[in-house]
Amino acid sequence: MAAAAVSPAPPKAVVRPPRERVSSWPLVDRLFYALCWISGLALCAIALWIVLYMLVKGVSYLKPSLLTSSPVSGSIQQTSNGGFLDPIEGTLLVTAVGTLIAAPLGVAIAVWLTEYARPSWLARAVDSAIEMLAGVPSIVLALFGLIFFSQGFLTFVSQGAASGALGQSFIAAGAVMALIALPLIVAATREGLEALPPRIREASFALGKTKATTSRYVLLPAIKPSIAAGVVLGMGRIIGDTAIITVLLGGSAQLTEPVGHTPVWGLLRGTGSTLTSYVYYNSPAGEGNAHEKAYAAAFVLLLMVLALNFLVTRLTVTGERGPAAASRLRMKLAESFAGRRWS
Amino acid sequence: MDPLMPPPIRRIALDAEPTIAPARELPQRNGHAVPAAVAARPTRAPASLVRDRMTVEGVWLAYGENWVVRDVSLPVRQGEVLALIGASGSGKTTLLRSLNRLTEITAGAARAGRIALDGTDIHELEVNALRRRVSMVFQQPNPFPMSIYDNVAYSLAEQRPDRGRRRRRRSPELSAAVEDALRRAGLWEEVSGDLDRSALRLSGGQQQRLCIARALAAQPEVLLLDEPCSALDPISTATIEELIVGLRESVAVVIVTHNLQQAFRVADHVAFMHLGELVEYGPSEQVFDRPREQRTRDYVSGAFG
Repeated sequence: MAAAAVSPAPPKAVVRPPRERVSSWPLVDRLFYALCWISGLALCAIALWIVLYMLVKGVSYLKPSLLTSSPVSGSIQQTSNGGFLDPIEGTLLVTAVGTLIAAPLGVAIAVWLTEYARPSWLARAVDSAIEMLAGVPSIVLALFGLIFFSQGFLTFVSQGAASGALGQSFIAAGAVMALIALPLIVAATREGLEALPPRIREASFALGKTKATTSRYVLLPAIKPSIAAGVVLGMGRIIGDTAIITVLLGGSAQLTEPVGHTPVWGLLRGTGSTLTSYVYYNSPAGEGNAHEKAYAAAFVLLLMVLALNFLVTRLTVTGERGPAAASRLRMKLAESFAGRRWS
Repeated sequence: MDPLMPPPIRRIALDAEPTIAPARELPQRNGHAVPAAVAARPTRAPASLVRDRMTVEGVWLAYGENWVVRDVSLPVRQGEVLALIGASGSGKTTLLRSLNRLTEITAGAARAGRIALDGTDIHELEVNALRRRVSMVFQQPNPFPMSIYDNVAYSLAEQRPDRGRRRRRRSPELSAAVEDALRRAGLWEEVSGDLDRSALRLSGGQQQRLCIARALAAQPEVLLLDEPCSALDPISTATIEELIVGLRESVAVVIVTHNLQQAFRVADHVAFMHLGELVEYGPSEQVFDRPREQRTRDYVSGAFG
């Protein structure tokens, strides 16, 4: 038969399973279904509203000169000239200090908790401590940090404290910021390590490698995307925090003039402001009386956080885990922390 | 058949006859087609090559309160392949893992008796040094999530990998050692074109040979294989079996397998374990063709397991 030699043409009529019809559901199910739709749409609407509102306000008030000029010094009012160059620099500085402290510490804690965790009572204690840290409001940490850095032996990190004032500086603020970023980095790294199949570790041990070698050369390189995602989430938390800045960095809008000859060290020992404290200060609730600038600064802040969120997604995608994995990680982290705080 | 023999003996002889006869007489070995290299090899390794490397004496192994290996004694010899056979739960994998103290990474593992490597109790050796001398390949291929080259290079170094993980800094000696290990595992021809490819992109059979290459790179004296072919197709299995037979001259090989034909094809000695006990140990022809124990006879004829 000649027809059998050619491959058969695909059938024209294809039977597909019929779509499920909502109208066939019981009334309660239909009501609940509608409620789910409404909630979802409402959430989208609120998020869109915030972004659009900030976009309109921000773009209309944002001028390039604001990004490149320092705030007015010596007066409470910010209505006249002056931008928020110093707060942007302050945000970057605090984020850098906080991340540089939190990232190595967080990864090390996560490796110890998943790979060693002996003695077990200590592992349980560390676990609880991390959970507690995630649950403590940042203002409490800020207050503790202020008292801690006012102690005599630590005044060398704060320029003001050396002359008897409170221990406020970028180092002090960054160190306390590291505490709020730490739980996120630990959780993301742990999740990455726990997701690795145990046979990877077995294979390395069977080659005569120690746990330290295995962790350093096999496990950590394999979970780079998870670590990066945790670090970026931690950075986002640092950028957004206001309480620690207000308490530990003080109210001066400008960066203080560096004292001494070491350039970076002088800056780190000084005080200043960040975008969050600038927005608060100039908002209708604050004393700066420059609402337009608050909107513009808030818009810049929003852009920074959105960029970080985008980065988290990208990082987890390059780890061949997909955007779903990224949002799952974020949800899981948010869940674990929110749940603990309120329970 | 002598009609004057009493009935029980006559029955056993009648039952046993068909399974034994073809195995000894057919060139195919036990009535099953085997790879040419396996079929062609002498049934026993030359005696001059064979010497004891490890001895297991009265070993008991437990996880928690549960004794999974009971009073096992057997030698592990260089120059031959030892196969551990037995049903699931017979303790053969646990016995295998105890040979390089990999049982210790399981919490609650306990041991009694003596396991010696070249006369030294393995508990007196530093554990990582022991594992470099007694290397292991697992049931599931488990290459590290890095390149083919790095997988082997990682194993070559004592602890931290040699300065060579970045391509520009690779020394010729390191590359030569990587090539040698891949050649011994019969993988070089297939991967030499792109050593920087991720090991996870190889096929299952290639991954398992990479794991063997990795295990061989450390120049071990004993190679432990835990059902190395159970996740592989027949062609990959045949390749790995030829490899195992070829390796026995330079390393002592111990293989755990559920596949009786495989044990017959590759092993010089076979140990049959049941419920933690060593039921029978002997040359593979003897264990398969003339088992001394009824339980062995039942198992190798497929009655249970």
